[in-house]
Amino acid sequence: MTLLYTEVEEELRAAVRALLADKCSPSALLDRASRTAESGTPYDAELWKALARDIGVAGLLIPEELGGTASREGGASAREAAVVLEELGRAVAPVPFLSSAVLATQALLTAAGQKARGDVAAELLGRLAAGETTAALAVSFAASPYAPPSPVATLGEDGTVTGTVTGVIGAEAADVLLVPVRLARSAKQGTGLCAVEASPAAGEAVRVTPVTSLDLTRPIATVSFDSAAARVVATTDGMEAPWVWEALVRGAGLLASEQLGVAEWCLTTTVAYVKERRQFARPVGSFQAVKHRLADLWLEVVGARAAARNAAARLAEAPAGGPLGDDAAVAVAVAQAHCAAVAVHAAEECVQLHGGIGMTWEHPAHLYLKRAKADQIALGTPGDHRDALAGPADLPAPV
Amino acid sequence: MTWDEASVAERARAFLAEHDPAVMDRLEFLRARFDAGLAWVHFPEGLGGLGAPRGLQAVADRELKGTPDNQPGRIGIGLGMAAPTILAFGTEEQKRRFLRPLWTGEEVWCQLFSEPGAGSDLATLATRAVREGDEWVVDGQKVWTSSAHTARWAILVARTDPDVPKHRGLTYFVCDMHAPGVEVRPLRQITGEAEFNEVFLTGVRLPDSLRLGEVGDGWRVAQTTLMNERVAIGGTPSRRTMMGVVAETWRSRPELRTHDLHQRLLKLWVDSEVMRLTAVRLREQLAAGHPGPEGSGMKLAFARLHQELSGLEVELLREDGLAYDDWTFRRPGTVDFIGREAGYRYLRAKGNSIEGGTSEILRNIIAERVLGLPAEPRADKDVAWKDLPR
Ligand SMILES: Cc1cc2nc3c(=O)[nH]c(=O)nc-3n(C[C@H](O)[C@H](O)[C@H](O)COP(=O)(O)OP(=O)(O)OC[C@H]3O[C@@H](n4cnc5c(N)ncnc54)[C@H](O)[C@@H]3O)c2cc1C
Repeated sequence: MTLLYTEVEEELRAAVRALLADKCSPSALLDRASRTAESGTPYDAELWKALARDIGVAGLLIPEELGGTASREGGASAREAAVVLEELGRAVAPVPFLSSAVLATQALLTAAGQKARGDVAAELLGRLAAGETTAALAVSFAASPYAPPSPVATLGEDGTVTGTVTGVIGAEAADVLLVPVRLARSAKQGTGLCAVEASPAAGEAVRVTPVTSLDLTRPIATVSFDSAAARVVATTDGMEAPWVWEALVRGAGLLASEQLGVAEWCLTTTVAYVKERRQFARPVGSFQAVKHRLADLWLEVVGARAAARNAAARLAEAPAGGPLGDDAAVAVAVAQAHCAAVAVHAAEECVQLHGGIGMTWEHPAHLYLKRAKADQIALGTPGDHRDALAGPADLPAPV
Repeated sequence: MTWDEASVAERARAFLAEHDPAVMDRLEFLRARFDAGLAWVHFPEGLGGLGAPRGLQAVADRELKGTPDNQPGRIGIGLGMAAPTILAFGTEEQKRRFLRPLWTGEEVWCQLFSEPGAGSDLATLATRAVREGDEWVVDGQKVWTSSAHTARWAILVARTDPDVPKHRGLTYFVCDMHAPGVEVRPLRQITGEAEFNEVFLTGVRLPDSLRLGEVGDGWRVAQTTLMNERVAIGGTPSRRTMMGVVAETWRSRPELRTHDLHQRLLKLWVDSEVMRLTAVRLREQLAAGHPGPEGSGMKLAFARLHQELSGLEVELLREDGLAYDDWTFRRPGTVDFIGREAGYRYLRAKGNSIEGGTSEILRNIIAERVLGLPAEPRADKDVAWKDLPR
């Protein structure tokens, strides 16, 4: 295990970065954000197609035998997915990588690992890996891995799904919605994961209603199912849904890399600005009050990189579909507890040290602040992740 | 030969087979270890090392675990600052004379840098060294000198040319702490003890053979010392035990726990874990031959963590935190964070952001050298030292 980047990872980074530089400039993003503030979706379907199909990022977590590029022997892994997320964070790119290629994919991988109905999961994973299909996991983005929500939708006797889920990311861009459900078929309790095709043919049965979201580049939506046709991906007798937990915790671990990317952009951009901007006949970056804040921020980002890389490396060691070990769970909690706060701090410093321009809609700083603040709530707050460490660190709470 | 993990381990085992610490005199054992090249493996052969990669020191230490050590806490300045500087700038003769007794702990070193008028701005120092034939005559006053009362030798920076700008008129020496004219007076510090001292140098005569580096090149030599000092203070792994100490108190005294302290403690646990991972990443970068700038931040991070943890511990202890273990005036040879109690730890940790360059100076260094931000305008660069306002 290493915390450094491998050559392959650097090549992947370069490819993603080049594409984003070309297709996802700050000014293009701002244009899009302005248009979507009034109406429509911020997703850049063309950019997503290029990332998913041409560069192949959609299949990084999916094993080779299911059509992806993940393998134990030198193929892709969570480490590569983390590098992609660093770049997507750095560009606050409006693409459904986290929602589809990480959260939905992970839920399917766990379901496939449960074997029972592995065929549906495998078929869907194949489509996802090819970049043909985009999926979303219908769970609130604010759900914490330490208190996974119990399903709010129900699978009826007739095989259709009914219920409403709020706070879902990536839903408008999704062809397939993966819904955790309660089983209403029999007297016995149980939960399951269902796949609902969100094609126009579904009509009123599937409704995705965008909510005006804090994060302009990654909106949330309310998803309603009204007797929607569904395929069962997996079921279990208990009320614990392993696919939800695995998706949330692994998603949280990888989200740290997105937060690292956000923080890096904010630091680099701010450093460049304060070197240029002059007041009192000097660059403002020559004032110590400014320099010291940026030095502290740099140190936080250095720590964020070590923590995010550690989480990615531990996740890469935990086989897809299998349960996560204790070391990986600690690595995820440490990374989220640290990186979420660093991204917010970096974005706040970015706005502040840009002065008036930092407060404008024209400057992209606000896109990063909005992403950072939303990410802080996503998949467990830093406080949730710190609480989760009390056990492994053997620092018990007061009684 | 090129060394790897296996060959260094083999070397250490062969050494142990020949030298049984159970029957050997402690000092003899340490001397033999030095001679076998197992003191600091990255030093050259004959000078305590094997010319091996620095990362392999851990292998030697692991193999020799449990054998007599050289009490690194007592000789930190020698190991961390004097040795790398002597290695980089010393003559062959100087290296052979000083490095062995330094490493075995037979000779303790101290650092005569800071002065009443020169701390962060070390290059303004006023201690004079004037050449008289083959000797230098040194006059001046140093301050905050840790271990001066136990030291046999010192590294010393003195002004040899007051007519040029401040950075250019300095020369670096080894000072004989037993020479006539060296007077050491304890300075009691906030912990009650006196780890550091004032040192008065009055007509101290040092032979030119104790000069380290060229005349006038003292600033460059001092940079080597200061860089190593920051690594030594921020990078010593054993320091992390402060988290362990506080965690132990937390575990053994459930009646003291509150929700507020629990949150803060968990945050510091995360911080110390992040610091550990940063250090792991730094070591990997060094091993791969790409030293990253991360090192510049380690001392800064270490000081903050140490201070927050030790402050939290006193607060956690409540009534026990009102008591202090011992105000007796003593002159210890080491800093005993772990052996003393919470109040001492709290007070001594305050020094972590001052000694070896303050946190403010380190932030300046990161901002300017790592982030490339412009330096502040300065008035002292091209002015002869003697004309600077004081
Ligand atoms: C426990 C301990 C042990 C020590 N041991 C030794 C030793 O063995 N040998 C030795 O030579 N020295 C030793 N020192 C001295 C130490 O290196 C100095 O104290 C330190 O470099 C700061 O210098 P100063 O005390 O003169 O503070 P000053 O330089 O006067 O600084 C005062 C305050 O001003 C700030 N400041 C100064 N310049 C700037 C600037 N440019 N920008 C922003 N802020 C600034 C400082 O950060 C500090 O907060 C020791 C100090 C301590 C606390």
